[in-house]
Amino acid sequence: MPLSSRHLLGLAGVPKEDIQLILDTAVTFREVLERPIKKVPTLQGKTVVNLFFENSTRTRISFELAQKRLSADTVNFSTSTSSTKKGETFKDTVRNIEAMKIDMIVVRHQSAGVPQFLTQISNAHIINAGDGRHEHPTQALLDMYSIKERLGKLAGLKVCIVGDVAHSRVALSNIFGLKAMGADVSVCGPPTLIPKGIESIGVKVIHDIDKAIAEHDVLNVLRIQLERKAGSSIPTTREYHNYFGITADRIEKNNKDVVILHPGPINRGVEISSEVADGPYQVILDQVTNGVAIRMAVLYLLGTMNN
Amino acid sequence: MDIKATVIDREGLNRTITRLAHEILERNKGSKNLVLIGMRTRGEFLAKRIQQKIKEIDGSDTNLGVLDTTLYRDDFRTRLKQPEVSVTEIKFDLTEKDIILIDDVLYTGRSTRSALDALMDMGRPNTIQLCVLVDRGHREMPIKADFVGKNIPTSINEEVKVKMTEIDDEDAVYLVDNSKSN
Repeated sequence: MPLSSRHLLGLAGVPKEDIQLILDTAVTFREVLERPIKKVPTLQGKTVVNLFFENSTRTRISFELAQKRLSADTVNFSTSTSSTKKGETFKDTVRNIEAMKIDMIVVRHQSAGVPQFLTQISNAHIINAGDGRHEHPTQALLDMYSIKERLGKLAGLKVCIVGDVAHSRVALSNIFGLKAMGADVSVCGPPTLIPKGIESIGVKVIHDIDKAIAEHDVLNVLRIQLERKAGSSIPTTREYHNYFGITADRIEKNNKDVVILHPGPINRGVEISSEVADGPYQVILDQVTNGVAIRMAVLYLLGTMNN
Repeated sequence: MDIKATVIDREGLNRTITRLAHEILERNKGSKNLVLIGMRTRGEFLAKRIQQKIKEIDGSDTNLGVLDTTLYRDDFRTRLKQPEVSVTEIKFDLTEKDIILIDDVLYTGRSTRSALDALMDMGRPNTIQLCVLVDRGHREMPIKADFVGKNIPTSINEEVKVKMTEIDDEDAVYLVDNSKSN
C-alpha cells in the first residue's frame, strides 16, 4: 500500500496508516545500515535536490546519506553560494532546477509554507526538512521511531514536549504525529515559550517540570532557540536551567524510567544537563541513527511511487 | 483459484525436502561451511524445513538467514503497485561461506538476480548455490538452479502456487490456470 500523498509537507492531517507505513518501512532500512555495505540500488537513476535555505548539520547530512545509501543522485544547494545572492527569485531558482529533470526536492526554509508553495511550482515530490516554525515531519517520525524502539509502542504512551515550544517546528510535528498514533501529548515550559491556545490542538499544558517528569513515559526536550530570539522570552539561560532544565537529580527524584529525547543541537547546561545528555535515560544518538533510516523510508516510499 | 493439478502433495513435499537436504549435503561434503538463506516469504519456511532435515541427518545446526530482495528489484519503474518491503535477517558473516539460496518457485530468474546482488553486498561468499522447490521454466536471465525439487513445464498462463502450513492451511503445490480469469 503506497502513501496517500505524493509529498511529505508535515504531519498535520496525515493518516495513521501512512505514519505506520513509514515507521515499518524504516525497520528495513535500519537493517541496511548495519550491513558492511550500507547501500542498496533502489533509487538508482532518481535525482534528488537538497534545497537548504537555512543552516543545518544533522538533517542535511542525514538526508544526503539516506539518498546516497539508496543510490539516488544528489545535488546540494545552499543559499550562500547560489544565484539567489544575485537577486534571482525563489520561484525562478526552483523552475531552473526543475528544468534539469529532477525527481525529488528536500527543502528547508526559514519561512513556513515554502514546501507547500513548491508543490505548486514543481512536479517533483517535495519533502519538508523544516519550514520556519511550522513543521519538521522527518524529525517527528524519527522521534516516534526511537520511542517505539525503546518502549515497544506509541499508543497510550504519555509524552511531554519540554521547553521552547513557541519557536519549534519539531514540537508541532511531534504533536500531530504522536496524537495520530494514539499517544497522549502534553507540553511543558514557561508561559512565554508556550504558544497561547495550544490546548485547542488537544495537548495539555504544564508549567511544573517535576510534575512533567513524574507523569510521563517520554520527555522530548527542545532546544532553546536563541537564534529565533527565544532569549527575550526568558530572563537568563541560567534561570531557565534552574526552573526547567532536565537534570539527573530531577529524573532520579521523579521518574527513573523516563526516556529522554532531544532533536539536537544540544545547549548543554541550558535545557538539559550534560549528565542527562550523555546518560542512560537518553536515546539522543539513537535518534540520529534512526533519522537516516526514517529518511530512507520516506525517500523510498515517495521515490518508487507511481505518479 | 482454478486448480488444474496437484503437483506435489503433503507427503510428496516432505520427501522432496528430505531429498534436497541430502543432495545439498552430498554436493558440499557435509554441512560444515554451509549457510541457508531463505527468500521471503515461502523460501524462508522451506529453508527452515531443510535446516531441520540437515539436523536430523548429521546433527548439525546450520546457520539460517532470511533475505528480502525488494530493494534490489528491477521493476520499480514498471510496476503499478508499490512493493512492500520487509526486513532481511542475516545475523552472521557470509564471507567464505557456501550459501544455499532457497526459493519456492524459479520462474523468470529476476528475483534470483536481485538476491545475488543483495548477497554480494553483504560479503564475499565462497559459493552461492540455488535450491528451488519448483522450476517452472520461462527464464529471462541466464540463471540455473543447482538443486530442484521438481521440474514442472508450464505455459505462461499458468501459475505455480506453493502452499506451506507455516502461513497457509496446507502443504501442497498446485498448478493453477490463470487464462480464464484474465
